[in-house]
Amino acid sequence: MAVEVVKAEHLNKTFTIRKQKSLKDRFVSAKGGRLHDESFTALNDIDLTINVGESVGLVGPNGSGKSTLLKVIGGILAPDSGRVMTRGRIAALLELGAGFHPDLTGRENIFLNASVLGLTRLEAEGYFDQIVEFSGIRDFIDTQVKFYSSGMYVRLAFAVAVHVDPDVLLVDEVLAVGDEPFQAKCIDKIRQFQAEGRTIIFVSHSAGQVADICDRAVVLEHGKIVEDSTPIVALGRLRRDYQQSIDASKATDTTTVSPWEARIERIYLSSPTSYHHSDFQVVMTPGSDLCFHLEVSFTEKVPDWALKVSVENFLGTTFVEADTRETLGWTMPATEGLVKFVITLPKLMLGEGDYSIRLTVRDDQDRVLDQMNHAGTFAVRGPQHVLGPVYTEPEISFQDPA
Amino acid sequence: MNTSEREQALEKLPLTDVFVHEGLVRGTLGTLKDIWARRELLDLLIRREIKAKYKDSVLGLVWSLVRPIVMLVIYYMVMGRVLGADRGIDHFAVYIYCGLAVWSLFQESVAGGTASIVANSGIIKKTRLPREILPLTSIGVALFNFFIQLVILVVFVLATSGINTSVNFLHFPLAIAIVLVWGTAFALLLSAANVYLRDVQYLTEVALMIGFYASPIIYPWSLAAGHMNAIVQDIYLANPITLAIMGTQFVWWKTEKVDYPWPEHLDHRMLIALAVGFVVLFIASRVFARLQRDFAQEI
Repeated sequence: MAVEVVKAEHLNKTFTIRKQKSLKDRFVSAKGGRLHDESFTALNDIDLTINVGESVGLVGPNGSGKSTLLKVIGGILAPDSGRVMTRGRIAALLELGAGFHPDLTGRENIFLNASVLGLTRLEAEGYFDQIVEFSGIRDFIDTQVKFYSSGMYVRLAFAVAVHVDPDVLLVDEVLAVGDEPFQAKCIDKIRQFQAEGRTIIFVSHSAGQVADICDRAVVLEHGKIVEDSTPIVALGRLRRDYQQSIDASKATDTTTVSPWEARIERIYLSSPTSYHHSDFQVVMTPGSDLCFHLEVSFTEKVPDWALKVSVENFLGTTFVEADTRETLGWTMPATEGLVKFVITLPKLMLGEGDYSIRLTVRDDQDRVLDQMNHAGTFAVRGPQHVLGPVYTEPEISFQDPA
Repeated sequence: MNTSEREQALEKLPLTDVFVHEGLVRGTLGTLKDIWARRELLDLLIRREIKAKYKDSVLGLVWSLVRPIVMLVIYYMVMGRVLGADRGIDHFAVYIYCGLAVWSLFQESVAGGTASIVANSGIIKKTRLPREILPLTSIGVALFNFFIQLVILVVFVLATSGINTSVNFLHFPLAIAIVLVWGTAFALLLSAANVYLRDVQYLTEVALMIGFYASPIIYPWSLAAGHMNAIVQDIYLANPITLAIMGTQFVWWKTEKVDYPWPEHLDHRMLIALAVGFVVLFIASRVFARLQRDFAQEI
């Protein structure tokens, strides 16, 4: 049976954003003061259970409540109602170098920061050499940290943080600091934590990082959990929601409006190997052809228009991108009314996975006439002879002994 | 340790609430337990403040001696000699120094404590610890400075008047206890209030300035008492810091004048001040516990 380490029930948290902070301000607007207060729901009836050894990513747009949730679990911020229960030792790693004092040396700050994070003096002494080793700044350990470069500062802080010995680690956007070798070291450390059965709860805006590290992702929007699933599914949901808000803001942007009008009326996908599936328009095997059946309507003749087709995964990574003008050098015929055509991507050797199509129609000045993100979805399912984003069928041949 | 071992280990532990709503008594015990568990951190934070203050100065800690000594000389010369407050007061320097040392213990505790939460917003917002530790750090720093001043006092007393053996020495620890209890109570209360209203910090400064002259520090009690009727005297003597200062003077300041008008029942008054102080401290700590729930968002 799975052992729960974090159990949150019916958490609610509303912030009141006050505009005045000083006595004078409050006095002056004593009567009207309330009018200036705005309330903001950060957590709206959140229920969440996390078990031993899970690595959970909390994702969502800014202001969705993910950091608030992390702080409530960490005991830093009290909820308005609801309860949180935890088991074992919890370490909140929300800020690198909490308690660091610029005038103290690296050595002194290690002990101070370790103590703030909950290590005893004895434990800190035991880890001291490992911490210094991990940070890689042994030569500067007796220098005041105000003389450190920002990279050194962060490395030292991170080194202390990863040596705290928690059962549950709460991390807020502090991973991936320092240069590349140091980052690799950090990721190794996280993997080691996972192997040791530590639970990691992780707030990040980096979809890649969440997909890489976590085995579960929780999407928050406006203080509610809207998806709680595997990272691929959850991040796909998040990306669709992001795209909607990006589209919405683009729609109001009038600086790049084209004098022409065009609309993608219809698109559907097909593949010779496809079979019917409820979640995807097309499920194909690696190496088969993928066809886009398109209908675009023009109110008048648009000279030298262009179409771009992209194949992406749900993290937004582009695998194939074809542009009729930029990459293919085709000239699209200027026509009025409805244009029907088929674009085929032959022998598409994509690896197993779920993909999404993005379409853009532009005029000769590269102004967007119409755009469809998630114009269609398809999945690639195959015999899994290889793994990775590109598919191939390996062959083997032994050379005859001479 | 791998996942299943950790699972087994954690299974034995109970799920515990992160936020506990306890009654007054259990809540207080819980707070004391939390602070005790993090006493190493308190110690490190006090050291941090003391070390960081004089880190790059050549004389370092000597500076914490210079300030009180200079103040002592100024008050002694200006108030005592020039303005003549020392009429009929022997060893006026010891008298002033007793008052100054006790007052600065109180003043540093309260002023430092009031600013402590806001000054450490990073720690408050990002880490979980008993927040009482931050005002307590200010008390610790003030106490450290006080001990340095005490050393000067003892040396000075031994070199000039000698120790007064005819008085009950227990007045002195009682006086320090009063200052610490009241200082902690104010520090807790004001530091929490300061998060919600930054004016508290400045109001505190002004109030402390008034408090300085409302206590018999740079003028003798005998001089002030003459201008007061019985009721005003009682109000004046209700000030716990005044009592603590008098208790300290009573022990260290050896006056040749037998008829110095020490207030009646000084020891009883001090004990009452301490008892009331504990009640106020209890209330202050509960108010702090309630207000600190929203620190992370209000700061």
